[in-house]
Amino acid sequence: MSKSCAATRVSDHNAWLPTEFRIVARRNELADVFTLELAGPEPFRFAPGQFNMLYVPGFGEAAISISSDSDRPERFQHTIRVVGNVTRRLQKFSSGDRLFLRGPFGTGWPIDRCPSRDVVIACGGLGLAPLRPVIYYLLHRRSQFGAIHLLYGARTPRDLLYAEEFAVWQSQGIEVRVTIDRGDESWRGAIGVVTQLMKPLRWRPESTMVLTCGPEVMMRFVAQEALAQQVRPDHVFLSMERNMNCAVGWCGHCQLGPSFVCKDGPVYTYAQIEPFLYVEDL
Amino acid sequence: MADIDIGKRYWLAKPAFQNLLDALRELGYQVVGPTIRDEAIIYGPIERVAELPIGWWDDQEGGRYRLRQAPTDAWFEFVVGPQSLKHYTFPPRQTVLEGNQQADGQWKLTAIKPESPPTAILGVRACDLAALVIQDRVFLGSQYRDESFAARRERLFLVAANCQRAAPTCFCKSMNCGPRVTQAFDMALTEGADGFVVEVGSAAGAAVAERLPLKLASQSQVTQVEQRLAALIEQMSQGSESQTSAEPDSAHHNGCRSQRQLDTAGLRDLLFGNLNHPHWDEVASRCLSCGNCTMVCPTCFCSTVEEVPLLDDSQVLRERVWASCFTSEHSYMASGVVRQTTRSRYRQWLTHKLAGWIDQFGVSGCVGCGRCITWCPVGIDITAEVAALRSPQEIDRSNGHE
Repeated sequence: MSKSCAATRVSDHNAWLPTEFRIVARRNELADVFTLELAGPEPFRFAPGQFNMLYVPGFGEAAISISSDSDRPERFQHTIRVVGNVTRRLQKFSSGDRLFLRGPFGTGWPIDRCPSRDVVIACGGLGLAPLRPVIYYLLHRRSQFGAIHLLYGARTPRDLLYAEEFAVWQSQGIEVRVTIDRGDESWRGAIGVVTQLMKPLRWRPESTMVLTCGPEVMMRFVAQEALAQQVRPDHVFLSMERNMNCAVGWCGHCQLGPSFVCKDGPVYTYAQIEPFLYVEDL
Repeated sequence: MADIDIGKRYWLAKPAFQNLLDALRELGYQVVGPTIRDEAIIYGPIERVAELPIGWWDDQEGGRYRLRQAPTDAWFEFVVGPQSLKHYTFPPRQTVLEGNQQADGQWKLTAIKPESPPTAILGVRACDLAALVIQDRVFLGSQYRDESFAARRERLFLVAANCQRAAPTCFCKSMNCGPRVTQAFDMALTEGADGFVVEVGSAAGAAVAERLPLKLASQSQVTQVEQRLAALIEQMSQGSESQTSAEPDSAHHNGCRSQRQLDTAGLRDLLFGNLNHPHWDEVASRCLSCGNCTMVCPTCFCSTVEEVPLLDDSQVLRERVWASCFTSEHSYMASGVVRQTTRSRYRQWLTHKLAGWIDQFGVSGCVGCGRCITWCPVGIDITAEVAALRSPQEIDRSNGHE
């Protein structure tokens, strides 16, 4: 399986040895989601879509995508949901604390292939976090691209991540559309699945890139809708998730078909991943 | 013997074999070789020739391994035991990182490099050398370099031994990994009646050979061992058909009635094209999901780094331990376990070994050593499962996502 968008670096030190960073800001995003902003002695260069292994001594490592602006590598962010021991401990970290991590790892989004094309970003829940670097990247170079759509779904209005940025992105040239599964009395927006937001778009399928991240079942439907709109299978990109342990292709846990999600992914084209996307328990 | 040439064949008489063990030790190697423990031939420290399992055979079949006295007094007529070189290049547990909490509460992390001494391993078979070369690709072949593996690997001195027999479980010939030793050795031995034909494969091998009472092998000595090796190769090439007339204890000491074969033609596409083949359910009805096959496999490399804190939290070790795709933890994610069923785990193991490996490392992950067959408690046979997956009687019900 070829790499869709390689942003690899040759490891210059022991692959197991994390580097220490300083937490310079922390904010609560949602009830169980928070963001840590980190800085190190040198800029931390990464490609949108890559991830780090965050390490808490005594607790272990967790694979977390980088969710900040790759053009501002002096500071970078991780948006984290509390789902296990490591992330529960990370939640207690605050500004001024030190944090170890290894990275960046994995393939990035195909930003170098997007110029002059329309870009449809379709994501769900925390799947917006690894796509936010793409949004910043596109906005910094807005004139190079055609139409840009952000289609975002969440469970409830209280689960909308980065909601305060939507208006800013809209004003800077991204069509932002939001849908939720269950509304409340104040919700005036769309209710339903993300694919419903895809249908009404004015598609130029031959020159559109579709980037999706979220639950696997959601990504399958997004990809199928994109294909139904005649978008090429190698212009549809999915960010896959599997158990990450080493992040360098040695531990075997993250295998998906013939690939290692940690280094051949997490971003794949639909053309690459399609033979394995519908196989149960793979 | 001075002026050792790589490529020439020498002769080491059996009574002089102790010189080899002594020379290795004098050159600073700890010497490890086949020896009997717990009713199996494993690798252990060897000081004297008498510690080798001379005169023993291992009978192997699916789910069965038994030692018995050989009908000959040959030294290396046993085949392969449960251990392989991976115990020495990729040990079952190794510390990769150490963290120490400082007085100010901050942690200092140190990457751990292995301190294993130079190790000479005696009696390594062609399949295990092939597995080592595959491991090189896994751990050293990408943009990341496993320094622990590299350090252990560089300190190995490998004394190979050409096989004299094949167990019925052996199919190295099918995988183009044996039985003849062709690569990655420092010194290679081929046993004859009263001595060994010795080939030298490296400068380190020459340095050892210079200390031994070697002579150039005579034509008749070479012919003697080559004829026997050729017969073994022929036996493994022909498979069961050629064995109809051969008694287990015949002059060729084959010790087997039917030789396994694995047809590798188009195997990658066959497996990835049959991910919903009904035979996966059939295997799953027998498989105990115990992971024995992954432990004895000389190429299986899955691992998990565990966090091992001291009770007072002042120190933590990160320990890399062997892992198996037959456990639920292996595919655990916060959203759930990906591979909940034995069917999906066996499928993962087999498709990775024989198909995914080709995409990942450009080579099959199987060397045909047959350990997974022998050490499977219910005798699941990788060669038979592949044959069943090829079977036209079982129609693929997969969803057409080819």
